[in-house]
Amino acid sequence: MRIEGKGRIDAAEQIRFSFDGQRYTGFKGDTLASALLANGVRLMGRSFKYHRPRGVLTAGAEEPNALMEVGRGAAKVPNVRATVQEVYAGLEAHSQNRMGPLAYDLLSVNDLFPNFLSAGFYYKTFMWPRAFWERLYEPVIRRAAGLGALSGRHNPDHYEKAFAHCDILVIGSGPTGLMAALTAALGGADVILAEETNEFGGRLLSEDEEIDGQPGADWVGGILAALRETGRVRLMSRTTVTGAYDQGTYGALERVGLHVNGPAELPKECFWRIHARQAVLAAGALERPLAFPMNDRPGIMMASAVRSYLHRYGVVAGRKVTLFATNDDAHRTAVDLMACGIDVAGVVDSRPDAKALGDYPLYAGGEVIGTKGRKALSEITIRHNGAEQKIATDCLGMSGGWNPTLHMTCHMNGRPVWNEEITGFVPAPDAVPGLTPAGACQGTYSTAGCLAEGVEAAKRALTALGGKLPEMEIPQASDAVGGSKPLWLVKGKGRAWLDFANDVTSKDIKLAAQEAFTSVEHMKRYTTQGMAPDQGKNSNIGALAILADATGRAIPETGTTTYRPPYVPVSIAAIGAGAQGQGFAPERFTTSHDASVDRGAPMVPAGLWYRPSYFPRPGETTWRQACDREVTMTRNAVGVCDVSTLGKIDIQGPDAAAFLDFVYTNMFSTLKVGKVRYGLMLREDGHVMDDGTTARLGESHYVMTTTTAAAGEVMKHLDFVQQCHRPDLNVRFISVTEQWAQFSVVGPKSRELLNGLLDAPIDNESFPYMGCGDVSVMGVQGRLFRISFSGEHAYEIAVPARYGDALYRQLVTQAETLGGGAYGMEALNVMRIEKGFITHSEIDGRVTCFDIGMDRMVSAKKMCVGKPAAQREGLKGKHRQQLIGLKPVGAVKELTAGAHLFETDAAPTRVNDLGYVTSVAFSPTLGHFIGLGFLQDGPNRVGDVVKLVDHLRGVETRVEICSPVFIDPEGERLRG
Amino acid sequence: MVRLIAKSPSEGILPFEVNGLTLVELDVGPITSVAPFDGQAVAASDRLRALAGMELPKPNRSSGREGARAVWSGAGQAMVLGVAVDAAMRQHAALTDQSDAWAVFRLEGQGVEDVLARLTPLDLNPGVFKRGHVARSLLGHMSALFLRVSGEAFEIMVFRSMARTAVHEIEVAMKAVAARKALA
Repeated sequence: MRIEGKGRIDAAEQIRFSFDGQRYTGFKGDTLASALLANGVRLMGRSFKYHRPRGVLTAGAEEPNALMEVGRGAAKVPNVRATVQEVYAGLEAHSQNRMGPLAYDLLSVNDLFPNFLSAGFYYKTFMWPRAFWERLYEPVIRRAAGLGALSGRHNPDHYEKAFAHCDILVIGSGPTGLMAALTAALGGADVILAEETNEFGGRLLSEDEEIDGQPGADWVGGILAALRETGRVRLMSRTTVTGAYDQGTYGALERVGLHVNGPAELPKECFWRIHARQAVLAAGALERPLAFPMNDRPGIMMASAVRSYLHRYGVVAGRKVTLFATNDDAHRTAVDLMACGIDVAGVVDSRPDAKALGDYPLYAGGEVIGTKGRKALSEITIRHNGAEQKIATDCLGMSGGWNPTLHMTCHMNGRPVWNEEITGFVPAPDAVPGLTPAGACQGTYSTAGCLAEGVEAAKRALTALGGKLPEMEIPQASDAVGGSKPLWLVKGKGRAWLDFANDVTSKDIKLAAQEAFTSVEHMKRYTTQGMAPDQGKNSNIGALAILADATGRAIPETGTTTYRPPYVPVSIAAIGAGAQGQGFAPERFTTSHDASVDRGAPMVPAGLWYRPSYFPRPGETTWRQACDREVTMTRNAVGVCDVSTLGKIDIQGPDAAAFLDFVYTNMFSTLKVGKVRYGLMLREDGHVMDDGTTARLGESHYVMTTTTAAAGEVMKHLDFVQQCHRPDLNVRFISVTEQWAQFSVVGPKSRELLNGLLDAPIDNESFPYMGCGDVSVMGVQGRLFRISFSGEHAYEIAVPARYGDALYRQLVTQAETLGGGAYGMEALNVMRIEKGFITHSEIDGRVTCFDIGMDRMVSAKKMCVGKPAAQREGLKGKHRQQLIGLKPVGAVKELTAGAHLFETDAAPTRVNDLGYVTSVAFSPTLGHFIGLGFLQDGPNRVGDVVKLVDHLRGVETRVEICSPVFIDPEGERLRG
Repeated sequence: MVRLIAKSPSEGILPFEVNGLTLVELDVGPITSVAPFDGQAVAASDRLRALAGMELPKPNRSSGREGARAVWSGAGQAMVLGVAVDAAMRQHAALTDQSDAWAVFRLEGQGVEDVLARLTPLDLNPGVFKRGHVARSLLGHMSALFLRVSGEAFEIMVFRSMARTAVHEIEVAMKAVAARKALA
């Protein structure tokens, strides 16, 4: 029911929305919960386990009951708190966790058997037969108990992440936060003020309270104007700070576009990482529910929420309101409602000495011991002066006092401290470095106290920053603190809910204690109390008080569970914003990318790079046809391939040669200028790290190439070696991978092709095998290297990247006129396997020089990284699995990489494992499959037949061990 | 004779404008990395001053001006933009041509920091990151170099191969910021 003239909603702007298909009207400024209450909707959901009808409990982010699915299709979001979601035109909300309509949920049958569904029930009942758990019990239980469902599709909505920086972060904008922000800004600090709701002011907007003689909301407006005037305060509304992390970093979730029907570019949410030099926590307090029998019916809500709905939204949740309280605060609810003409049927206060603040029936020393009404509250039963009495009511506001919202102070392992005076936990001092809690979250409940503490906390932060302290006047405000007396459990018939979200009752807690789950952490896991989306914000303290009682311990002795970030649920869409689909990683494109795509090549990822897999031609229906053709074409004529993705590192300095001698196993100081040498480098542990060629361009100038995958790794390694092992060497290096577009030109006609493009032709004398030097190609200065990864007469030609696209197109066009063309990764791989060249399929981090037959490449004349470790026992010898070639025996269709090798008569089990296959290919040159692999004592077993077994793909066949070099073992083609 | 045609890293995808903010590709001319050898930092800097009137910049700073600039780019390393570094400097420092290795963008307009706040963890508040300040950091997942050239303009350098991803990510951020502004 809406109260005219009350609330902060914009009555001029009507908003139409729907809930469970029913159309409703709200106003701008309404939350889904307030708008539904205004429309008389009290049943908003079903409980987790028993499927009991539930209405809204709170008016804030801690809401455990009114969780809904909002949106439709792929963009549907489950578990949205109706108390947080603002209404907008066209909003579609649906109740969740039900079977059939909300009012007639078929699963509410669960509520008839609460004794069977108590804590630990599943563990005890569904143990046997064992296989049934996964196949039957769990799916059924998950269907019956749960929350909202995801759409199962990619959410197309835009979410974003962002960074912010400030001197002082103020978390919360109630009286404490506002004063802290103002003090900090006047002290010269750059401030971020984060407020969870759409409006600044905190509880001042939910109360009828004066500050400095002004209505609270007006005072808030004045402070906001003052904050803006300083020009130092960034006001972030709809922003919940979710976690405190190391070194002043805070996570925060901003609801950017969840309250409007915005354009596609508008992010729904933004996940902020705020770096603050200091922070003030002014998060306030959450009202404590009371555990009395059947306290969960729609219409029963927090007394403070009743006031919030009245003052913020102009809504009352009933026509005949009752209250159940342990403190004076709740009485304000009665006073405020009566001022609006609402009938208050009674205030039940457990304190015998309670005083009425207005003209309403007061039941001092009374308790609510029962409630009635299946889908909404209709009556309560109270016990007062030893007699029971029934009161008709449709809304019961309850208040068991307040719990400081100290969660953030526990995010770095701080444990809260029990404060007997307020019978609540307060933050441990300096629990988070640089974070000062103040106001209600520190246990200071009076408005006057909050205002003063806000100023103090900001001054503390300013002092830490070395700033000046402004003169601040503390505004006049009420110093009432509520006078709450604890009431943990009302005895009576029926269940008393503690954790509404996970359907945990006081009995469950007692059962946990009875079954020896007496530690608060064990109790939590046994009962699931505090494990729902509200993370126990409403129930933790109540539950542990009951646990303390059941175990005969004091509350501080019992302790709390650990509050971890995030403080409120954070959507994965926000945390992972930008990383959906292609946003997952940057895409690196070679200069020939477009030309390859133009030729129809499927592009495959190689690290972050994209490289052409093969170049299909008309009539070719499979990749193998294209690949076989490309291999044959290259071996018989000429092929062109972009090899720019290989890492290229420019190395200069008087000690460049000495540095390379230290990094590589073999010698580079002896390499002549204008020559290239293959090099192998080891990790410090003696295993092979990477290989590649390095060219000597000048006396003190080299360019190293690395494999595509290890380019970053090798760069890091070189930095480490220079800075930590050889700072004595005067050498500099820098990546030039991006500077040069580099193409391999391969095959017997490679020189002919190049000579068509080079400004000065080359021959075998000017460019012998492993020669390198500067060339001019079509007027552009480039570099030419005569190296081969295929066993053919081949070159790599490099030009500055801006010319890459043009040169690649020229090379391919010219190759085609010579009967050749472009080849892709598949053909490249086939050719290197035919030649027995290794890649990271072979040097996978576990193999040594010895294993790949390159032991002799470790120079005896010098020290290098990894050399001593490579000499360790066990890294050489017959027991090692060493590189071998494999070819099929008989009519074998396929060899598979990843298969393991066994003696032909041995069972293919782990203990008989002799080795494994690393690379396979169909060799069009040889006409059959070939493979590379590692076999125990492999080189001495050439000619033997072993069994290849691939358990994953179901392949078992016999293979013959052979040399890993399948073609041209003498290397005649290379030198041609 | 046929000549090879040069292509810029962001050919065909820049420039564009979103709500008053512009992203353009810059041709800054030659880019040379300069890494002075042991004990040669002062000599290299002197040589650069004689050549182009600017010193080698201190960490996180730049020197020179538009058209002839040196930007710090890492420990013991700077990039000289816009002027060809002469061979005489070779005895003092490792010189490496990087002219084609980088895509250089200029992002300009009111609220440029808001766009960059979505892309990099750097604190770019004008009071902290002033004109001429330089930082190596991340742009999304990409390694990048940021230089503030005026109150409302930054130059951003990323690896050439990542130009498309960088442009896409900056564009998404520009549009998101514009959509927010339209909301307010």
